[in-house]
Order: sequence, then C-alpha cells, then structure tokens
Amino acid sequence: MTKLLEWLLGVSLVGVAWGLVTFDLLDLQLPAAYKEVAWPMPVYLLVVFGCYSLATIGYRVATFNDCEEAAKELQAQIQEAKDDLKKKGLKM
Amino acid sequence: CADCSRGGKRNREEADKYSVLLPTYNERENLPLIVWLLVKYFGESGYNYEIIVIDDGSPDGTLQIAEQLQKIYGDDKIVLRPRAKKLGLGTAYIHGIKHATGNFIIIMDADLSHHPKFIPEFIKKQKEGGYDLVSGTRYRGDGGVYGWDLRRKLISRGANFVTQVLLRPGASDLTGSFRLYKKDVLERLVERCVSKGYVFQMEMIVRARQLGYTIGEVPISFVDRVYGESKLGGNEIVSFLKGLLTLFATT
Repeated sequence: MTKLLEWLLGVSLVGVAWGLVTFDLLDLQLPAAYKEVAWPMPVYLLVVFGCYSLATIGYRVATFNDCEEAAKELQAQIQEAKDDLKKKGLKM
Repeated sequence: CADCSRGGKRNREEADKYSVLLPTYNERENLPLIVWLLVKYFGESGYNYEIIVIDDGSPDGTLQIAEQLQKIYGDDKIVLRPRAKKLGLGTAYIHGIKHATGNFIIIMDADLSHHPKFIPEFIKKQKEGGYDLVSGTRYRGDGGVYGWDLRRKLISRGANFVTQVLLRPGASDLTGSFRLYKKDVLERLVERCVSKGYVFQMEMIVRARQLGYTIGEVPISFVDRVYGESKLGGNEIVSFLKGLLTLFATT
C-alpha cells in the first residue's frame, strides 16, 4: 500500500468514527458529553498538530549544530593538501 | 603459527574494497583536495580502495587535473571514467558501478562539503551492523552544517519534517548524498529510481526500505561550498515538493 493510501485509509477510519459518535449514526444513544467532545475534535487535532509541527521545527532549527571546528579543520587541511600536492608535482 | 589468525582476519578485511564514486562538473579547484583527503584517510585506515572520477566533459579542465592526480597516486587508485557531457547523477552512478572493482561503493560530493574523515566511521558502522547501506546524517547526534543562514536551516528542517511525516522513512536525513552502499544494493536501487536531484537521494532511501534493506546512520558535518556558490531558490523548493508528493503517492 502506498503512503497516500495508508493516509486515506487512516483518515477514513477516523472520519467514520467521528461521524458515528458526533451524529449518532448507529443510534447508540450515547451521552451528550460524547457528542460535545467529538464534534470539534478534527479541528482541535489539526491545531494541535500544527502547534506540534511549529514547535518541533523551531526546536530543530535552534539546535541545528554549527560545525565551526569542522570548517576550521577543513581550511587548515586545504592548505596542507595544496602544499603537499605542489611538492608531488601537481600544477594547479 | 603466531601470525596465522591475525593474517586470516586481515585477509578477510583486505577482501573488502571500497570504490568511491566522484561525479564531477567543473571541480578543477576541489578535485585535487578531495582526492588528497581521501588518500590520507584511506591510507591511515588501511582499507583497500579506489577513487573513480566521472567527469561530465567539464570545460574548466577538471579531467586534466584528474590525469595529473593519476600520475601522482597511480591508476589503480585513481580511475578515470569520463563522459562526453553532463548526463545526470543517476546515470553517473550506473556508469561508475560498471567500472567499480570494489564490493562497497561510497557516494559523495566532490566539492568538499563532505569530508572523507567520516568514511572510516561509515565503514565501522557498516561492519558493526552488517548494514546494506550507511547514510551520513546532518540532523542527528553531532551531525551538523557550517555556512548556512537561518533561512537555509529553516527550509532544510521544514522540508525534512514534512518528509518524515509523509513518508516515515526510517532515516533522519533523506536528501543527503554522503553514503556507503553494498555494491549490489546500489545497483538494484539505481535501477528502480526515476527521480532527479534531491528527490533521487530520497527515493533511494525509500526504495531501500521497500526492498527490506537495512540502513545505518553516521552523524556528519556538512561544510557548505568552500569554492563557488550554492543557492536554494523557489524553483528548487517547488520541484522538491513535487517530487515528495510523487513519492508519497507512488511508494
């Protein structure tokens, strides 16, 4: 199954469950509290996911390692390489 | 005999050979430097290796520099397999694999953004877990970048986040191109991949998972272009998203 189909399946299942509870489609006579909680759930979950996404991306950007040492090391090695290669006869 | 068991292990290790594929286009300045670093770190590690330079008809004389390097280091270590014109990364890999005599292939950028010092770590990781491929990651452990501004970091992390949510790929860095593959694994994957650019590297990982291959990760530092410029513009972002959605719908 492709990821798209997995998502469509998952969304359908959640959608059906939500519809069943909110609109009492199976005539289960659920307490009103269930319906009140279920009704705004989709929007609520989207908002929660949105906040989670922003927070996660923000955190990851803030903690993105800056490799200062690696850059310095590379610069030093570039010089070393150039000198050594010149000795070995490379014409750059 | 005192040396027999040690000799046996060394023989098994010596049986492994690592072919480094270096597709180049206008890398006259960087090629000698990356080759020098590769020779240094492979030499120190004792592993058997070769460097296959796949130049796509660079007008700046990259091939001539490569020929000089061949004279210095030997044509068993520096293998030249040039092509007439710029033909793309996927076909460069196929071309390189055909001429590789190693049983492992290392792919990396030739512009010094990938540092050969990580290759012994890739090899060690591969041996530890018997992985089919080992991927360098900028996003985990002490992996990281140098020379990226906030905008670039934001786009990178944002794109990676969307990719993780949509594809759940089991690897932290999908657009990275610093990797070690078993030769037959790379062959199989390149056959099946149809995308270009960043998305090609992503597709390799996704297909690897589909085929049940095991993936190891090693944190790497990515030092943005020492020579030359690199831009991440609107066009690249759009084509990335298109490619991502294609993978989402087809894998």
